Parts: sequence; structure tokens; C-alpha cells
Amino acid sequence: MTGGTMKMLLFLFWGFLFSAVSQAQEIPTAPSRGQPWPMPMSYKAGGQLNTIDAATFRFATQGNDCDILREAYIRYREAAFKQHSERLLVVGPLRFRQNNLRFMQQLRGQENALLQQLSVQVSTPCEGRIYPSLESDESYALDVSGGQATLKAQEVWGALWGLETFVQLVYTTNSGEFVVNDTSITDKPRFVHRGMLLDTGRHFLPKRTLLQNLDAMAQNKLNVFHWHIVDDPSFPYESRAFPELSNKGSFYPGSHIYTPSDIQEIIEFARLRGIRVMAEFDTPGHARSWEEGQKGFLSECYSGGTRNGMYGPADPTKNSTFTFLKEFFTEVASVFPDQYIHVGGDEVNFTCWQSNPAVGDFMQKMGFGDNYAKLEEYYMQNLLDIINSLGRGYMIWQEVIDNGAKVREDTVVGVWKWRNFSWSDEMARMTEQGYKVVLSACWYLSRISYGEDWKTYYACDPYSFKGTDAQKSLVMGGELAMWGEYVDDTNVLPLSWPRGSAVAERLWSPQDVNSPVLAEPRLVEQRCRMVRRGIPAQPISGAGGCPEEFGGN
Amino acid sequence: MVEGSRKMVSLLFVLSLFSALSDAKLSVTPTKGVPWPMPMDYKTTGKQNTVDAASFRFTTRSVECDILLDAYVRYREAIFGRNADRFHAMRQSPKFVQMFSQEGDIGEVSVDVSKPCQGSYPSLESDESYSLSVANGQVMISAQEVWGALWGLETFVQLVYKSDTGEYVVNDTIISDKPRFAHRGLLLDTSRHFLSTRNLLRNLDAMAQNKLNVFHWHIVDDQSFPYESMAFPELSSKGSYFPESQVYTPTDVAEVIEFARLRGIRVVAEFDSPGHTQSWGLGQKGFLTECYSGEKPDGSYGPADPTLNTTFPFLKQFFAEVASVFPDQYIHLGGDEVSFTCWQSNPVIKDFMQKMSYGTNYAKLEEYYMQNLLDIINSLKRGYIIWQEVIDNGAKVRPDTVVEVWKGGWEEEMEKVTKQGYKTLLASCWYLNYISYGSDWTTYYTCDPQKFNGTDAQKALVMGGELTMWGEYVDDTNVLSRLWPRASAVAERLWSPQDVNFPLVAQPRLIEQRCRMIRRGIPAEPVTGPGTCPVEYREP
Repeated sequence: MTGGTMKMLLFLFWGFLFSAVSQAQEIPTAPSRGQPWPMPMSYKAGGQLNTIDAATFRFATQGNDCDILREAYIRYREAAFKQHSERLLVVGPLRFRQNNLRFMQQLRGQENALLQQLSVQVSTPCEGRIYPSLESDESYALDVSGGQATLKAQEVWGALWGLETFVQLVYTTNSGEFVVNDTSITDKPRFVHRGMLLDTGRHFLPKRTLLQNLDAMAQNKLNVFHWHIVDDPSFPYESRAFPELSNKGSFYPGSHIYTPSDIQEIIEFARLRGIRVMAEFDTPGHARSWEEGQKGFLSECYSGGTRNGMYGPADPTKNSTFTFLKEFFTEVASVFPDQYIHVGGDEVNFTCWQSNPAVGDFMQKMGFGDNYAKLEEYYMQNLLDIINSLGRGYMIWQEVIDNGAKVREDTVVGVWKWRNFSWSDEMARMTEQGYKVVLSACWYLSRISYGEDWKTYYACDPYSFKGTDAQKSLVMGGELAMWGEYVDDTNVLPLSWPRGSAVAERLWSPQDVNSPVLAEPRLVEQRCRMVRRGIPAQPISGAGGCPEEFGGN
Repeated sequence: MVEGSRKMVSLLFVLSLFSALSDAKLSVTPTKGVPWPMPMDYKTTGKQNTVDAASFRFTTRSVECDILLDAYVRYREAIFGRNADRFHAMRQSPKFVQMFSQEGDIGEVSVDVSKPCQGSYPSLESDESYSLSVANGQVMISAQEVWGALWGLETFVQLVYKSDTGEYVVNDTIISDKPRFAHRGLLLDTSRHFLSTRNLLRNLDAMAQNKLNVFHWHIVDDQSFPYESMAFPELSSKGSYFPESQVYTPTDVAEVIEFARLRGIRVVAEFDSPGHTQSWGLGQKGFLTECYSGEKPDGSYGPADPTLNTTFPFLKQFFAEVASVFPDQYIHLGGDEVSFTCWQSNPVIKDFMQKMSYGTNYAKLEEYYMQNLLDIINSLKRGYIIWQEVIDNGAKVRPDTVVEVWKGGWEEEMEKVTKQGYKTLLASCWYLNYISYGSDWTTYYTCDPQKFNGTDAQKALVMGGELTMWGEYVDDTNVLSRLWPRASAVAERLWSPQDVNFPLVAQPRLIEQRCRMIRRGIPAEPVTGPGTCPVEYREP
């Protein structure tokens, strides 16, 4: 018996032992081996193994070929074979290696089929700069049996997820062989919008980390990077039309900004992984940092009839406000190719507007009385019309609808309120009005707590509201949110993963895949797999060890 | 004005606006060149001394030793950065050349240590006091022992900051400093999850940056046994998660101890028994009590078996090795959370209980075990630290025993333990593994270990405290960011005068400390809301 087997047995033994000892609260969970996360719609695996020779194995395109596939093959080859522990790799000339595999199989008294390639068939052409969208077909079918492996997908986006799944099926036996069990998978996501919000306004996150996080998202089949790029504290987005915004509004314009080429790189990196990049430029609230580089954009606040030097939300009373916004968002639309732009619209505080005499005059002129929600609606309506004129759809936070703005039919509403608020009721109200919704209220991963909080995220189902089937079908999916108050480059990845994986499975897998007890061994495997692939995914199921621990990058 | 300063000014401008906005999270302006933890006595003026980077050096006035020489190399790097950082800076700033050929007032830092220090180890009795003066370009650090000099060097480096024009400067300063408590510890648990030696060393660096002086190494527990014993290699080859990669070899352990020694940090190893020992049973058959269901062993195991005549010879040999490997005067013996269920099920134990006339009082059996173990340690001429249960259960211990209080209701326990004349350590309020949302460092900051009912003599028995980072949800992926700078809050509580206890006053310094730690390679997470550091963290 090799070291490897012994260890694994030991590990299993442990799980058993502990469950019998009353005082041990921490039962190391034995991880699954070669099982996918998130769980596919339909997944059948047999005990028959197919052996892979890492040196000769190849991905073979049958039919439509494109850059997205070719890039993916390089990545997934590395993910499958390169980073497994070196001691498990069989080295030496090819002939020796193959003999060695045979020899090891003879020792075990069994002969595995040799899997030499995965053939990949994509029906729709994918050449050229195509981007994933809300309408992408992400389905795929994957079959491995008797030394043959086939991946079929309508669109390349499904093929990408199929490749991810295939690589997750590969594991190393105790004698160091790469193997895949006979497997048959038919898969497609339950929800089309499976997002993750990162907040680069409260703390800066370097491009490198954003790219790493996109890799982690792909490993969990999340497909929307919701980039909450600016906020009150800083404006790191470098605008070509308005360079002063980041020059004056970022923490450090020499280092803490996203240049046009940074953004292009992030969008391309995401595209190659089937991930949309949806930028959020939140206004009229949460816009304090805009004023630094765009004087006059915000309302000036008054104390006792005079300006007090403070600023409130954007000032909707000036024509210059909307002229600026039109030019700004025209640029945003040219930079971010996604069909949707997130325009925020949350948490608008009326105090400053109320103090400002010019705003007061405007309210009177418009016949708003002292209903400042009307003023907010007025602002949003103008902004939405601008976005509409750019031919883009928009995502907004729930307040915009709560306040009664008229929005495009294809608008997606983000339901986020959780404090003293029923998101179920809000989902019911929104869908009753016919709006598409995306839920994030139960997935505020930035709000950390001790222990296995992933179970709470895992248990939250976006369909848990009263509504007709038609209403349910308006649920586009959800987003986990990693707000940046207490998060920066030092901790964002371990705090996001694998807690974010729990949300990813909820959004991808069938509704009835919802038992945390059944999920846990797979989640432990998923964490260790992510660690092996370079993501510092933190432990979330008590004591244990990954065969390869995180070693920085 | 160079680029850097303009940025800083605009940042300050933004921050000052924020502090006035009603709905904005309060952003706080960090201090510049103010030390953490706060010294006992700290006087400074706005008069700046520039550092002469080209000629800058540390010079030993009298006693020289390995510890000082090693520290000079480290602290030079802590001020000026590694070469890589300099090249990074060169790309970023056209002022690079000017910056590194800066001429200035301070060409040297003189270090004056009274007692010989070659090859020495820190201890509970170390004199950690020092004085530091910066005036007219002259810098002098004086200390009785080298340990004080190390802290003085750390303080000096923290006084250095970059001026608005990008120069390294130090304000005129006079400091007279010594720690409030002699034992300022940090517990890491390498059993629930393995932590690489590399991260243990990085954490020692972080501890030194906060003047913590005891690494309490909770090295083994139920879940795994990563300590590689020379006498009993099966303990780790069978009891670790992965014996090829997740063990501490004798070389690793020696490296950790030496790295700590050079930073004035003690390494106190904890080998917890008789409970928390499941992993021992894998490599040391017969050490644990067999649990019974009815008449037969059911295959599970309980605490160490005190009834077998093999148990104590094994422990004697094992701890003789431990005492030879870990030079510290103290060994931590654990003794916490012993469950009696398994003992109660075992017929041999029952017979033994009868023979010893313990009735059904299994606490007596526990005491019997601990007493035997304590005698072994005593015979090895070592002192011991134990968790509070050992005293609660009435074992007789050496007078120099240190009792670590970890349970809730610590005020009463500290009162009780010190009344019996024992030295004590507080850990209860510093369980940093228990995370929660937001700025929880203020809670750690405001917990005072002497805040219990007792005489001055009792208070004097408080050696200090320890923050703990138990390993259930912590490994190499998150241990450093989870510890720092939350642990810095505990470090200041244990070092600085009792009345340095106002979080709002501490916060600007804590932000500077976090950014300073990041610059020096520690991924210290943000703990005070939105903001930034001039140099963000990069994986080394």
C-alpha cells in the first residue's frame, strides 16, 4: 500500500472514529473524489475507471473551433494535470510511463480503459469576438465510458462549463494515476444570471486579484461579474472623457485605478471563461467620490441658509448633470460590451436635498411638494432614458422600482434589502409587476460570522416567495455580494471562497439538490481542488487537510 | 511637490470631508510615524530629522551579539524595503534616484546593550525595557538586555515615515518603554489544520512588529499530530494528515525556534493531554483508553489511559525529547476538556477507580493523570503552563506554574487562581478565531486582564495574556489576514499602560500599523471600514 492510500484510509478511518466519540464536535469530513461542483442537472457515474496519460491526452475539437475553445484547452490541461502534487506524477519516457500504468493496473488485477482524448462538439459557430449574454445557451452533455469521452454543446458557453466539469471528474488514484469514472452528464443551469459582486470603491482590489477571482468564478460556473466599481470612498475607474474623476477621486491615482487597458484585459479574461462583466456606476447616492473630479455634480448641502461644504446625492436640478451623465455613460457603454449596465439607485438620502434652496425651488416648479422620492424618480428616469438611448438594458437596485420610476421592460431588478425587510415579499411584488429579478439579499458574504455559514447561503432559494409560475420564471438568478468595507487584497479571496461556491450550486443545480449534509463532502473536495488550482479557498467545514495546501502564488 | 505628496493631500482632503458627512462611514486619517503598541512614555515634537539613506547604519556601542547583527539586517530592510520594492518604486516614481541617495541628518542608530547576549534565549524574566531618543540627527537606543534593544529597534523603525516630499524622516522623540505584562502570547493551532513552516515564520515576524513575545504552539490535538518525534516517529507518520508534506520535522522546529529567538520571542509548545489526544492513538497503540459498549470495546477511544503501566514511561520518554527540542523554560501541558464518558465505560478503569478509592469521581482520575505528568515535567526541570481545569480539579502543581484561563466567567476564575497564589494568563476574551462582522478589534482592545476583584498581590500574579487562533476554520489560506491587525489590538493591551485604552484614539495608529505591516509583507486585513494603504499587499 502506498503512502497515498494509507493516508486516505486513515482519513476515512478518522471520520468514522470521530463520529463515535461524544466530545468531538469536529468531524473531519471525508471529501468526495472526482465529483463535480456545482452538481449537474443529471449526473450518473459508474465504478469503471478510465485511465488518462497526462502526456498524450488531448482535447479534440470536432466541428466548430474558435479562440475560446483553444484558450480553454490550454487552461484546462493545466488544471487537470499540471498542478497535482509532483510526487503523484509519473515521470520518464512515454513508453515507460505507459508500461508503468499497465504495470500498476496489473498489480491491482484490473485493466482500465485508456482515455486518450475528449472530443468537443459545438454546434453554433463561436469564432470572432462573441460575448456571453443573458440569453446564452449554457447547456452541455458529457459522456465518458470505455475509453471514449465526448462533450457536446449547442454554444461554446456550454462547452466551457462541460470542460470545467470534465476536469473536475479527473482525480488521482492512490498509485498516482489520473482517472475518470465512467460518467454520463446532461447539464444546464437552473438560473441564467449567476453573479458575484465585488466592490472596488471601498477598498481597491488590484487587477491581478480580479482576474484570479474570475478564475474562481469559472471553477464554480458563476457567469456574471457584477463590478461595483466606484462608490462614496473612491473612484478608481479611469475615464477617458473625464480623467479627473479618477485623478482626484481615487485613493492613489498612480496605482489605485483601473486604466482602459486593465478593464479591457478583465473583460477579455472573463469572456474567455464565459463570464459577463456588468459594471455598476451607482448614482445618485453613493457618489461622493465623483464630486472630486466633477465639480458641481453633487448637491451642495446647506446649514441655516449657507453652504456648509458638504455634499449630498447628484444634483438633478441642473442640466449639466444629465449632459455629463450622457457623455459619461456613452463611454461606459463603449468600454463594457455587456448588454446590461448597472445604474445603482440605492440608498438615496434626502437630508441634503432638503437643505438646498435650489433643490427646493425645483421641487416646487415640478410640483413634487415635499416628496423627495419624486425627485429621485425624476433623476432615475432621466438616467434610464439615457441608457435606453444607448441601446443598453439596465440593472437597478430595488429602490428605483419601489419609488415608482418607469423602466424598460427588460430591466433587471436587484433585490438586496435584508435588514428588517422581507426579500420574499419584495420578490413577489417585483415579479407581479412583471420585472425580472436577481436576488442578493440572502447572500451578503461580506457579513462574516463564525463557523459554517455556507449552509445558510446554500439553503436560501430564490423561489421562496409566493407567486405564480410566471412570476417564478422572472427570477433570473442571484448574486453573492462581497462588499468592501472590511475586504481588500489581503482577504478577499479566502473570504469569498468556497463560501461563494455554496451560492454557485444553489444558482446552477436543480432545486432539490439542497442537503448540506450531502453537499459537504463535495464542497470539501471543491475547496481542495480550488486550492490546488491556486485559489486561497478557506476551510469551511471544520478540521481537515487538503493533499496540497495553499502555497501562495 | 512630488506625485506622492499630492496624492496624500488629496486623500486627506477626501477623508476630512468624509468625517463630516452624515451617511458616510467614518474614515479616519492614519497617523504618520507613531508607534504601535504605544510606549509607556512617549514624547515627540514636529521637528523632523531626515534619514541619510546612503550612509545609514546601526552601530553597536558596547555588547555585540548574533541577535543584534541579525536585527540590523532585518530592520534596515524594514525601513528601506527589499530590492524588489525599490525597483518597483523606481518604475513608479521618477524621484527614485533622489530618494535613495537622500542625504540627511541621521546617519546611524547607536545601540547600547549592557548584558552579554550572544546565543541567549528570551524568558519570562527577560528585561524588555529600553529607552530611545531621536534629536538633532542623533539616535540612541539603550537597553539592559538585548530583548529591550530589539523592541527599541522595532519602535525606531516605526517612527520612520515618508515626508510630504517623499523623504524618510523621523520626528524628534524621547521614549522610555517597558511592557506592562511579561507574557504576551499568540496561540496557533497546527492540528485542526496544518500551517506551513513558512507561515509560522511570517507570523513570528508579525508578532515582533507588535512586540508579542510568546508563540504558544498548540502543535497537536485530536485531529492530527504533525510534530515529528525522533523517539516516536509513528506518532506523525500515522497521526498527521499527510506525513510527507504536513509534518514539522526536527529541522522545521529548530528553524522556528531560532527565528523566534532572534526576534525575542519564546516558543512554548503545547502537547495537550489526557484529552484532545485522538491523533496520538494512531501512532502510539495503547495510549488511549478503549471505550466499551456493553462488554466489548467498540473500537473508539477516549482520553489517555492512566491505568496502564506503559502510559507514564511513554510520556516520560516523549517529554524528555520535547524538553530537549524546545529550550523554553515552560512546556504547556494542556489538561482541558477531559470527557469522562469513555473512562466510565471501560471495566479496567472501573477496577482502577475502586483500587484507588476514587468512587465514581472521575475528576480524581484526571487529577491522578495530571499529577503524574506534572511530576515528569518537574523531573525534567521545566516549568509548566496548564489550562484552568487542572487547578479547578485540584491537582497539586509547582509554585511557578502558570495557569491559563480560557473559559467564560474569567474574572471569577482569575480571582480564584491568584488567590491560590498561582501565576495566571488570560485568553478568554481574545478568541480571535471567533469572527464577526465589523470592527471587533475594539472589543479585544478594551478587555483588561487585571479587571477582576483581588488584591494588588493577586493582580501582580497576572503574567499577561494570549490571543488564540484555534484552527477549525483557519489554514494557510486565511490565517495571517484573520489574525492581523486584530491581534495588534491585544498586543497593545498587553504592552501599553492600562490607561491607553480608548479605541477612537487608537484607531488612527492602528490604521498606520496595518499599512506598515502590509508594507512589510503581512496581509493584515482592513478593520476600520473603507480606506486604503499607500502600498497594498502583494503576495511575496
